[in-house]
Amino acid sequence: MGSLSVTMSLMNVIVCVKQIPDPAAPGALDGATNTLKRDGKLILDDSDAYGVEMALQLVDKAGGGEVSLISMAPNGETAGLRTALAMGASKAVLVSDPALQGSDALTTAKILAAAVQRLGGADLVIGATESSDGYTGTVPEQMAELLGLPSVTFAKKVSVEGGALKVDRQTEAGYDEVTCALPALISVTAGVVEPRYPSFKGIMAAKSKPVEEVTAADLNVTPVGWAGAGQKISNVAQAEARQAGEVIEDDGETFGKIVGFLENLKVI
Amino acid sequence: MALNNIWVFAQAANGAPTSATLELLTKARSLSSNVTAFIAGSGAEAAALGEYGATAVLAVEIGKSLPGVAIASALKSVIDGGNTPDLIMFPQNTEGRDIMSRLSVKLDKTVITNNIDITDSGDGVTVVTPIFGGNTLVSTTFTGAGPFLAAFRPKSFAAESAGGAAAAVTAVSVPELGATGSAQVVAVHVEATTGPKLDEANIVVAGGRGLGEAPSFAMVEELATLLKGAPGASRAIVDAGWVPYSYQVGQTGKVVKPTIYIAAGISGATQHMVGMKGSKNIIAINKDKEAPIFGVADLGIVGDVHKVLPQIIAALKAR
Repeated sequence: MGSLSVTMSLMNVIVCVKQIPDPAAPGALDGATNTLKRDGKLILDDSDAYGVEMALQLVDKAGGGEVSLISMAPNGETAGLRTALAMGASKAVLVSDPALQGSDALTTAKILAAAVQRLGGADLVIGATESSDGYTGTVPEQMAELLGLPSVTFAKKVSVEGGALKVDRQTEAGYDEVTCALPALISVTAGVVEPRYPSFKGIMAAKSKPVEEVTAADLNVTPVGWAGAGQKISNVAQAEARQAGEVIEDDGETFGKIVGFLENLKVI
Repeated sequence: MALNNIWVFAQAANGAPTSATLELLTKARSLSSNVTAFIAGSGAEAAALGEYGATAVLAVEIGKSLPGVAIASALKSVIDGGNTPDLIMFPQNTEGRDIMSRLSVKLDKTVITNNIDITDSGDGVTVVTPIFGGNTLVSTTFTGAGPFLAAFRPKSFAAESAGGAAAAVTAVSVPELGATGSAQVVAVHVEATTGPKLDEANIVVAGGRGLGEAPSFAMVEELATLLKGAPGASRAIVDAGWVPYSYQVGQTGKVVKPTIYIAAGISGATQHMVGMKGSKNIIAINKDKEAPIFGVADLGIVGDVHKVLPQIIAALKAR
């Protein structure tokens, strides 16, 4: 760096994003493997849009740095990554490998932690509290342990002050104020910030942003997929369906039906 | 394999074990006669933990550290010392998830979350996880050697006292955490609530996006108060900032099983349904007659909550 003194604090942030089947479409299991079907078009998990937005805002506030993305998908899908790149992220690493099919949360965390290291680490790693399709919710904290980082999960307000993180962490009863040194990992709740919509310019720029595709072997993570999972699906059954009752169109008088229902149950 | 040694993550609020803790202890003692509860603090809850089946308590003083890394590190030191559990049960909540995640890496063991049941066939330990809003039940069997790490949704098991004696408390210290221990709690904020607790209320009135705008939630609160119930909310309006997270019913929020659940302007997303499908009676009011919530409702009104709720409130006030 020579004698040039750098006063501007750069902030490099890596965001873990998941590309999932459209949540509006009904979910289905693959009959052969009993895993969630993820073979159709995948989109950016809404839960991750908050992390991407948070990262962009923190880098902006720091006055420089960049937002990188990491993702894992068995089929080379990049549509969801392109959405996040269009929001303003600079580049992405996609771990794409058919061998990843069936990977458990711990293997996923090992893959993503290795991807963080491939990018040379970061000041801050951001994940979502949980994905909208799998709901396991352990991957960010597992990554923190693998990377030897402190972590604050369920972050609902995040700022960097004097080189340290200040986080409002959601709790059952309210929230805790937590401080944490950098580098660190946080998982953010939905609603932490309002994700921006990609602009037309952003969408065009995203098409030429670098997305590096690597395999599990490139990252030296083995075993993966079913072979690495400490679990196997032993049965899938339909739950006892709850019977739907009476459904009636409101004609201005149906409130009486509800009051009668409450009366019958002797709660009023 | 036999479950000879089960550990349960115990939590306390206002000096007493939480209901989720007592549920897990009740289930644990049906699987093994050797149940250890581990808890943050000094272990002052040993009498109540023993009553519900704990035969030993590991108490971990964590100071201002977040529980995840501190408790996981303390447990790892106990396991390295030769006391190895076959199964570790966690409640499906913030702290349970953080501890099990850290521990899974330290032990290099898989985690299975969101379960509602567990069985030990002698050949294998299997957990049951509801997916697709609870319509499908997936059974997953742990492979390889333990410890098996599993998290369970609240109200999966009924808590029953075993009349056990106070459990013996062993203090466990937190090893040096290095950089991973730098997250510290500097202030605690408790949001004030009135009326019965959401997950314990006999009646829950919950509002969703169909209310249209934040001020309309007042109708939900008014009806809940009139019925001596608790107000609840869908994730959509919590995310939108209308009400605090503590109101949220569903996958990411509270699991409720009241006698009556009134869903006002809630369409019934998967994420919501898993938190309220166990209610004894469900009343739904929604504009869209195709809304999934009507599929589980005992009484469904296809209508505008802005018309129907005020009518119910007026009728109850007139009584």
